[in-house]
Amino acid sequence: MKEFTCIVCPKGCRIFADGDALTGAGCGRGLEYVRSEMENPTRMVTSTVRLSGSQLPRLPVKTSAPIPKEMMLRAAELLNDVTVQAPVESGAVIVKNILGTGVDFIATKSVGE
Amino acid sequence: MKKYEYDVAVIGAGPAGLAAALEARKNGAERVAVLERDFEAGGILNQCIHNGFGLHYFKEELTGPEYAERFIRELRETDIELKLNTMVLSVSQNRHIIAVNPQEGVLGIDAGAVILAMGCRERPRGSLGIPGTRPAGIFTAGTAQRYVNMEGCMVGKKVVILGSGDIGLIMARRMVLEGAQVMACVELMPYSAGLRRNIVQCLDDFDIPLYLSSTITEIRGRRRVESVVISQVDKDRKPIPGTEKEIECDTVLLSVGLIPENELSKNAGIELDMRTKGPVVYENMETSVPGIFACGNVAQVHDLVDFVTMESIRAGKAAAEYAAHGEEPSPCFELFASKGLGYILPQRARMDRIGDFLDVFFRVNDIYEDVSIVVKSNGGEIARFRRDYAAPGEMEKIRIPKKLLTGNEIEVSLKGGDRE
Amino acid sequence: MKQAYDVIIIGGGITGCAAAYECSKYDFKTVLLEKENDIACGSTKANSAIIHAGYDPEPGTLMAKYNARGNELAHRLAKKLDIPFRETGSLVLAFSEEEVREVRRLFENGVRNGVPVEIIPGAEVLRREPNISKQVKCALWAPTGAIISPWEFAAALIETAVRNSVECRLMSPVKRINRQDGLFEVTAGGEKYRAKYIVNAAGLYADKVYEMAGGQGLHITPVRGEYFLFDKTMGGLVSTVVFQCPTKLGKGVVVAPTVHGNLYAGPDSKTADARDDTSTHRNELEYIREMAVKSVPTIDFSQNIRNFAGLRAVAGEDFVVGESAVENFINAAGIKSPGLSSAPAIAEDIVQILGRCGLALRRKETFRGERRVLRMNEISFEEQDALIRENPSYGRVVCRCQTITEGEIIDILHRPVVPRSIDGIKRRCAAGMGRCQGGFCEPRIHDIMARELGVPMKDILQDTEGSYIVTGETKED
Repeated sequence: MKEFTCIVCPKGCRIFADGDALTGAGCGRGLEYVRSEMENPTRMVTSTVRLSGSQLPRLPVKTSAPIPKEMMLRAAELLNDVTVQAPVESGAVIVKNILGTGVDFIATKSVGE
Repeated sequence: MKKYEYDVAVIGAGPAGLAAALEARKNGAERVAVLERDFEAGGILNQCIHNGFGLHYFKEELTGPEYAERFIRELRETDIELKLNTMVLSVSQNRHIIAVNPQEGVLGIDAGAVILAMGCRERPRGSLGIPGTRPAGIFTAGTAQRYVNMEGCMVGKKVVILGSGDIGLIMARRMVLEGAQVMACVELMPYSAGLRRNIVQCLDDFDIPLYLSSTITEIRGRRRVESVVISQVDKDRKPIPGTEKEIECDTVLLSVGLIPENELSKNAGIELDMRTKGPVVYENMETSVPGIFACGNVAQVHDLVDFVTMESIRAGKAAAEYAAHGEEPSPCFELFASKGLGYILPQRARMDRIGDFLDVFFRVNDIYEDVSIVVKSNGGEIARFRRDYAAPGEMEKIRIPKKLLTGNEIEVSLKGGDRE
Repeated sequence: MKQAYDVIIIGGGITGCAAAYECSKYDFKTVLLEKENDIACGSTKANSAIIHAGYDPEPGTLMAKYNARGNELAHRLAKKLDIPFRETGSLVLAFSEEEVREVRRLFENGVRNGVPVEIIPGAEVLRREPNISKQVKCALWAPTGAIISPWEFAAALIETAVRNSVECRLMSPVKRINRQDGLFEVTAGGEKYRAKYIVNAAGLYADKVYEMAGGQGLHITPVRGEYFLFDKTMGGLVSTVVFQCPTKLGKGVVVAPTVHGNLYAGPDSKTADARDDTSTHRNELEYIREMAVKSVPTIDFSQNIRNFAGLRAVAGEDFVVGESAVENFINAAGIKSPGLSSAPAIAEDIVQILGRCGLALRRKETFRGERRVLRMNEISFEEQDALIRENPSYGRVVCRCQTITEGEIIDILHRPVVPRSIDGIKRRCAAGMGRCQGGFCEPRIHDIMARELGVPMKDILQDTEGSYIVTGETKED
C-alpha cells in the first residue's frame, strides 16, 4: 500500500493506493493526480548557474518542461559545470537535452552587461 | 537638494509597486515614478527562482524572476520613471517624500498620490525567544534564499528548518538540490502554514521529515550551530518536558512568519491595524491619510503573488483618480473580523465607491472543514458562503453584492466546521 | 621574531582598550594583545551599557573610587572621541518601606562617594516617567547616570590609541609568559613579545594569564546576565535608566533605553558553567520578564528582537587593580559591574602604577585625542546631499532599520582596527541591530566586506573565529 497527499486543492486528501485500487480521494481530480504520480511522476527543476560579467554571480534557470522525478538531483548536478557570460535573455537555452529527456535548462531572467 | 513632482509616486518596485505604477499610468497619471532601494526592480521575486507564480493572473506557471520580468518589460515601454538604489526616508501626510540615492543625493518629492508598496520582512529569531547560544548559522529563510540564489553562497551542509511557511519549504528543496542535507522541518502548529503542493514537492519528494506540534527549544554551538533540541508542544504550544530530541546540524533556517514593513507608514501617521500589522485601508486600498494608498504585502501578507498584482492594480487605479480629481469625504462603514477570522481587509469601505460588489479578504485562524462564512450587517445576516475546507495558510476572498450592504457595520465570522 | 616593548596589555576589552588609550599619551612603547579577531568580544560585548553615577559601590572600595572618577571621564571621552552617549540620569525605584530604606542607604552612599544624588517622591517619578509602575513610593535620582555604546566606546579608545602609535594585535591569545633578565617574554599568536611591564586586562581569563606569569591566588568566576532587547517602538517607554532596589531576593533588573533607540530589560545574575557560556535560558528569561514588568508594566514582550547574555568577570567583592606579587605585572582584574563606567579611571591609574614601578612617564607632544565619526543619520539633509555628491556610496542605504550607508561601512573598514566580521561592523555602527536583525542587510554588508577587503565571501565571519556564515559557493562539487 502506498500513500499520496493530493496537491490538487488545499484540502490535501490522503489517498491510498493498493495495487490499482485507490481510496481516500475526495474527488475525481485527486484520482487523476495519483494515477499520474504512480505512472510517471514528473517535476520542474529550478536552480542557478554561474554567471560572469554581471553584478550578481548567479543566473536562475528552470527546466523547459517537467522531467521525471527521479532525475531531479542528477539534472541539478549538470549545472555545476556551466558558466554563462552576460548578457543573457530570459528563455535562452543553458543546457540542451537534459539526460536525454529532450528537455532543456533555460534562463529565467534577462541580465544585461 | 533635488526636487521632483509626480502625479503618483510608488515606493517599492516589487510586484506590488510595478503593477500599481503601470495601472496608475494607464488610468491617466502622466508623471509616475517608482522608488526602489535595490539596484534592480522585481523585489523579492528576484530570489524566488522556483516556479508556481502566475497561475491565476497569467494562467501559466512562471518562476519569480519571469513573473517580475513581465512587468519590468511593460514598465520599460512606458515613460514611468524607475529610480533605483533609492531609499525613501520619510513620507509626510501631505505626500512629501524624502529619499536618498547615490546618483542624485537627497531628493524632495511632491506627489499627487503616494502608493506604499514596501512589502514585508521576516520575523527574526529574537521574536521567538529560543534559548541557547547565538552562533553563526541561523538565518531567516529569505536571507538564506538570497545567499544561495543570488549571491551563490552555500549557507550550510546540514540544515534544520523551523516553521513550515512556504519560503522554508522552498528552501528545503533548494538546499537539497545544492547538495546539502535537510534533517527536519519543525512546525509549532498541528498543521503546516505552507501550501500543500510545497509540502509534497519540497519535503516528501526528498524524504525530509516534518515534525508537527514541535519546536526548537534550544540552539547549541558556540561559534557555529552544532545542534538543535526539538520538543513536542502541548495544545497551548508549550514544550512538553521529556520529549526533547537533539538533531545535529550546522544551520537553522527560520520560516516563522512575515510582518508588513510599515516604518514609513507609522511615521507618516497612518493608522495601522493590529491584526494585519499593515495600514487600515478602504475599499480602494487608500489608507487613513487621504491620497496615500497601500498594496501588496505592506497591507496584508499574501501567499500568492497573483493576488498581490490584482490588489495593486486596484490601488494604482485609485491613486491615479485621486491625483487627478482629489476626493470628497463620503460616509463609510466598518468591517470587523469576528469569530474564526484572523483579520479582515478592507477594514473600511465607502458606499459611493463600491462597484457592484465589495471584495473582502481575510484569513481564518484555524483549520476548518465544511464551514460557513457568515456576513452580518448591523447584527442581521446578509450573506453566507460555504467552504469545504479553510486553513490559515490560504487567504480567503468573498464577494459581497453592493445591494446587500445597508448598515454601517459589517461583521464576518465562521459558523460550524470545527474539527473534532 | 621577538618584538620589544615597554608595556604589554593583555586583553582588548574596555579595560585593555582604555589602558591602551592612556598609554598612548606617553612616549613609551605599548602593544595590546587580544585573543579574538576583534576587540570588545568578552564582557564588553554584552552588558547593561550604563555609565553608572557611582552611588552604589561601598565607600572606600576601588569600585567606589573608580566609578565616580570614571563617570566624569566617560562624559569627556564621549565628546572628544565621538562615542554615542546620552546623559539620561538614572532612577532606583522603591516599592515598599524596606526599599525606601534601601534608597536612603544608597543616597547616603552616593553622598559619601561624592556623587550627585537626590531622593524624589513617587508622584515626581511618575511625572517624569509616566510608564513606570504606579506602585512606586519614591526613587533615588542620579543625574549623572548615562548610557553609552560599549562597543563604540572600546573601538574609539583603541582606534585613538593606535593612531597614537600603540600597536594592537588581534587573534593573539597568550600561550606563555616567561621572564628573562627582568623582561617578560609573552608568546601569543605565534609571535614573541618582550616588555618590562605587563598589564593584565584579560577579563574572564585574567587568573589564567596571571598564573602564566607565576602569580597565584586570583580566581575569576564567570557570572552570567541575560537580557531582552526590544524594538525601537518600545524605545520611548522610559527615558532614563530604571533600576530596582537590591533586596534579599536579588539585585533586581534594569529597564533602560539604548543609545540606538531600543529598550532592554535585564540582567539576572547566575554563575556560569564556563567562561564562554553566554547561552540564554527559558527560566532566566522568564524571571527577567517578571521582574521587568514590576518597574514598567506596559513592556510589550512581543516586541522582543533579541535575547542575549553577557559574562561578568568576578574576582571577589571588589576590583583587583594594582601591581601584583609578580614584580612589574599589573593586574586590572575582576572588573565586574561597574567596570564599563570605571575603565577610564582604572586606565588612568594603571599609568600612575606603571610610573611607580619605574616606567618614565613623559607625555607625548604629538598625542591627538580627537576622533570624529561620520554618521549620515545624524546630519542635515543639506550636509548629506553635499557628501553624497563627493562620494556616492554615502547615498546607498544598506541597513534600512538603522539607516546606515555603504559609505559608512567602508569607512569602518578603513579604520585602524578592522573587523573581519559582520558583528564587528554592527558593533561599530549599529547596522543589523534593528528590528530585522540583519535579515536584509547582512548579505549586503557581507558583499561589501568581501569586496573591500579583497577576500572570498567565506572568509567573512559572523563574529569570532569559527563563526563562519557561508561554507563556500554553490555549484562547487
